[in-house]
Amino acid sequence: MSATFVSKPSPGPARAPVPHASQARAFTAVLRRDLYVTGKELPVFLAQVILQPLFLLFVFGKVLGSLGYTQHGYSDLLFPGLLALTAVITGMQTLAFPLVVEFGWTKEIEDRLLAPMSTALVAAEKVLFAAMRAMTATTIMIPVGILVLGSIPWRWSGFPLLVVALVLGSLLGAGLGLVMGTLVVPQRINIVFSLVFTPLLFTGCSQYPWPSLSRLPWFQVVTACNPMTYVSEAMRAALVPEVPHIAPWVCIVVLVGSVSALMAVGVRGFYRRAID
Amino acid sequence: MPAVEVSDLVKRYPKSPVNAVDGISFAVEPGEVFGLLGPNGAGKTTTIGMLTTRVRPTSGRAAIGAIDVAADPVRARSLLAVVPQRSNLDRSISIRRNLTFHAAYHGVPAAEASRRADELLEQFGLLERGDVKPDLFSGGQSQRMMIARALMHEPMVLFLDEPSTGLDPAARLFVWDRLRELRERGVTLMLTTHDMHEAATLADRVGIMDHGKLLALDTPEALMRGLAGSSTLELSVQAQNGDLPEPLVQALGQLADVEQVEALHDDMPDADATERRVRLYVAGDASQLIAPTATLLADRGFALNGVDLGTPTLEDVFINLTGRTLR
Repeated sequence: MSATFVSKPSPGPARAPVPHASQARAFTAVLRRDLYVTGKELPVFLAQVILQPLFLLFVFGKVLGSLGYTQHGYSDLLFPGLLALTAVITGMQTLAFPLVVEFGWTKEIEDRLLAPMSTALVAAEKVLFAAMRAMTATTIMIPVGILVLGSIPWRWSGFPLLVVALVLGSLLGAGLGLVMGTLVVPQRINIVFSLVFTPLLFTGCSQYPWPSLSRLPWFQVVTACNPMTYVSEAMRAALVPEVPHIAPWVCIVVLVGSVSALMAVGVRGFYRRAID
Repeated sequence: MPAVEVSDLVKRYPKSPVNAVDGISFAVEPGEVFGLLGPNGAGKTTTIGMLTTRVRPTSGRAAIGAIDVAADPVRARSLLAVVPQRSNLDRSISIRRNLTFHAAYHGVPAAEASRRADELLEQFGLLERGDVKPDLFSGGQSQRMMIARALMHEPMVLFLDEPSTGLDPAARLFVWDRLRELRERGVTLMLTTHDMHEAATLADRVGIMDHGKLLALDTPEALMRGLAGSSTLELSVQAQNGDLPEPLVQALGQLADVEQVEALHDDMPDADATERRVRLYVAGDASQLIAPTATLLADRGFALNGVDLGTPTLEDVFINLTGRTLR
């Protein structure tokens, strides 16, 4: 009962700015906490991120193909699209739902908001962690794809573009999650998720290449508005360049712009929720 | 230098016609226990919010030690800790991890954090429950854990928002004991409460808030002493023939500081038929009148069986200041 460590009440007049090192320490400690929790819930994490793309892959890539409803080669253009889908959706889910709950209900985030780091860094950690999870989940889809389809389209020359698309797609998902997580109140989360999630899922060109939509011009316009489209198209450019696709540089420019805009809006929303 | 210093602090929320905190100033000395007392909506929590970097002041200054909270929130956060009203423990990790991760956020080395966690878990009576997740905790246990967590980085000032609201009496006493220990160790405590008993029991000084303004600020004793005429002295007198003669009552009323005398009629006169009680309303300190009344009664041949001092409570002080009750 004789704890003696709470006995230095006066640290004196320290006016120098907080060393970056201590903010960096706080940042890595918060990230370590998130990784620790993910590690403990690994099976849940894997089930959460893999199940949906796995079934899409299985039904659209394998079952329909085996039954002859899809043309030979459809699974080759589906697979890159599902990588894009996994990256964006995982990034979004990792951030949005927990953020809404933490800000609106459990208030768990308060302990991190009171850590000696700037509020922007707390938001940055959330984004980094969500992007890491998204990239992990997408990488796992590669062996899953080999398992389900037997073989996947792969070319090492497209690898750098694949990595760029993976990183930008994960950040795009995290950015969407940050915006949704800070704008939505807990009571609305279910409605907003179903209103955003399903359209995002099916207008992001993960199941069809964008140029082929020229036969359906109105839908081509709709899909062009979904930034996920550019992740799918960049993935296809990397893995199946023979399929007509949007030029990779266009995808990269649009994605960098979208990610920047979402981060700007999301961080503002984060500040609004964190500080009255 | 004060541990906490607030000057002309104002908070007005957007779209609100009035200031939630309306130009308050006070200072809390290192090692002091400072209580902000007031009804819900008085501006206590907003004041704490500004001091703890979670609410941006509209104007004025709030400082922890030498650090201006609005100008350097990151450094201020390393000096303070907050125990909120409702649990915000991290539900995904065990109690022990709650403590050690909190320490890590504040840059405490892992070995040191582990040692402190053991010590605090033991001190707060939760050593054997360290591996449990906070979901399974009662309100009292969560409160204890949040105090323990707050102490992991050795804050200079500990803020507690309604520390014992919703706790059962035993849990409340436990929390109070821990807070007294902290004061003995020199931690500055600042708490908000709408419980006048809590304020009177724990705080060295109490600031009474209502409608965003600080109405009074002093030690609980001084605040209560300041209420003239509301101290009472109750006398139990052995009356020879079952009644107190009118001249005696008048003589009591002529003693210095006595404002009014009231003969009390017992609800159960059969209990002791010859004892009568009389209440004196006193301006100032009622205990000063014990000796003169005893002498007066003895001179006239009455035996004094007992005295009962009635002092005003902080609630009386609050009613006096605002014209209404705390709840």
